[in-house]
Amino acid sequence: MTEHNRQDNLEGRDRDTIVSTGMDFSEKDRSGSFLQQDSGLMFARSLSDGLEIMEIKEALEKDPEAAGYFGANFRSTGRDFDRETEGGYFIRVKRGHTIEFPVQACLFLKQQGFRQKVHNLIVVEEGAKAYIITGCSASHSASEGMHMGISEFFVHNGAYLNFTMIHSWQESVSVKPVSIASVGEEAVFISNYVCMKPVRDITMYPTALLHGRKARTSFNSIILSHPGSLQDVGSRVALQAEETQAEIISRAVSLGGKVVARGHIKAAARNVKGHLECRGLILPEQGSIYAIPEMETDYRDVDLSHEAAIGRINKDEIEYLRCRGFSPQEAQSLIVRGFMDVGVLGLPDKLKAEIEELENGTLKAGL
Amino acid sequence: MLEVKNISVEVSGRLILQGVDMHIRKGEVVVLFGPNGSGKSTLLKTIMGFEGYKVISGEILLGETRIDGLPVEERVKLGLGLMYQHPPQVRGVKLAQIAGRLNGNAGLIKEMSERLSLSSHLSRDINMGFSGGEMKRSELFQLILQDPGLLLLDEPESGVDLENISVMGKVLDGYLKEEGKSALIITHTGYILDYINARKGCVMIDGKMWCVGRPKEIFENIRERGYDKCMGCDDRAQSAR
Repeated sequence: MTEHNRQDNLEGRDRDTIVSTGMDFSEKDRSGSFLQQDSGLMFARSLSDGLEIMEIKEALEKDPEAAGYFGANFRSTGRDFDRETEGGYFIRVKRGHTIEFPVQACLFLKQQGFRQKVHNLIVVEEGAKAYIITGCSASHSASEGMHMGISEFFVHNGAYLNFTMIHSWQESVSVKPVSIASVGEEAVFISNYVCMKPVRDITMYPTALLHGRKARTSFNSIILSHPGSLQDVGSRVALQAEETQAEIISRAVSLGGKVVARGHIKAAARNVKGHLECRGLILPEQGSIYAIPEMETDYRDVDLSHEAAIGRINKDEIEYLRCRGFSPQEAQSLIVRGFMDVGVLGLPDKLKAEIEELENGTLKAGL
Repeated sequence: MLEVKNISVEVSGRLILQGVDMHIRKGEVVVLFGPNGSGKSTLLKTIMGFEGYKVISGEILLGETRIDGLPVEERVKLGLGLMYQHPPQVRGVKLAQIAGRLNGNAGLIKEMSERLSLSSHLSRDINMGFSGGEMKRSELFQLILQDPGLLLLDEPESGVDLENISVMGKVLDGYLKEEGKSALIITHTGYILDYINARKGCVMIDGKMWCVGRPKEIFENIRERGYDKCMGCDDRAQSAR
């Protein structure tokens, strides 16, 4: 079956769900695409020089270098990982290449009760630069499903990676991504997470190891929590080399669900900087947000800080906007949209506008 | 235009205003003086309809319409506009978003933002990191875009340097004159009196309207003798009509 036939087989509703995670089937402003349904590849192709994108199985079979990356971040941290995975993508940006348009990847859960377990490798070689937008989502038919995704990132010296993950699940789906990034000298790794749709539970605590001097990382998450959802989402950064920097920003809005917003920055070298910011809003009378910012250092000469604020929307802000003619509902909606502003994600304008539109669509329905 | 009839107001169970009367005609600018804590801001917030400012007796009329009891945004529709003394910061909401809501005329937004040196503030979160002067200019900017019939200004010059007062005073004066607007202005320093043509001044003390007169004379008296003397003043008006 050709690639096109396969993607034409997607039901309209499934297509819409996949589109809601940022997949652009026209590929007009994309540098490459990958789509996997359950454990089967739908298509994988690169539209850009210096970009490789394929199924993990293929990469491991034909490329010993890819095989060398597989599990490397777990070995270096002494952590074990699940080897019973099936599928996942391998994305490599070759040395010195700047990939102009975003690369898109989507892992789609279709079959009822399916347990999707994937292992992804993302390699950005020295001096290369790329934006990756990756969606994980489930079909309306995929009740009682489970998604477990291992992702390993290798951002080499002087490279830049902006990785934006958009989740669009169903009420009955459980999700457990596990990811570790290693970031080299003067490299930048930005990891964004956006989850606006209901889900049964998500547990994720991605880690970045900044082992090269002057490496930088930002973790940004924007979470809308529906009644019945539990989202335990955090980020952990180890500042292992001098002059490294980390920022963890979390914005959570509870519509009645429970959010645990974790963050952990460890200063394991001198002259490093880290900042955690957690803000949470609860809109109905009841909803849970548990902010757990953690910081630790082994040295004196470090700069670590955090700020956290959770609770209701400040009534003075609502009143101020009402004074400018907005109704209380409009004022609330304006504040919530502003609160979940995708401006923090460091995206190029076009992609930012796309994600803003996806977010607005969901918010409109959710509020 | 606005008629405040014998209102008493409670805030958090405490009686703040006691039987206050005030009348503002169309095109009239009234200045409200008074020591700290005398109830001036409470009067403005009550007229605007802020939550927690409870009118326990009396009534407020805007034109023919009784407005006490109406929600804030309804009063805005009827032509009331407030310039905050201390506006809140609203994260994620841009000045441009509010400007666009207040006025559909993009040309006017551009022109006014330039006149008030706010062009680069339009894309910023409202009041976040604004200096005292920037906040006040932004408040005046929004008020002019809203174009209400009655402007309520709560200490427009507090925290503003002299240069900014001059910029704001001129813009405000031009606007009030040209449009024939009514205004109620609270001032502590009196600097704003150098720019606007106000014919009526009132003094509020301990939640009561104390006297009415020419604003500049009242201000000179207060400056020379303080509010203590006001309290012993024989000219005290029965009401501030």
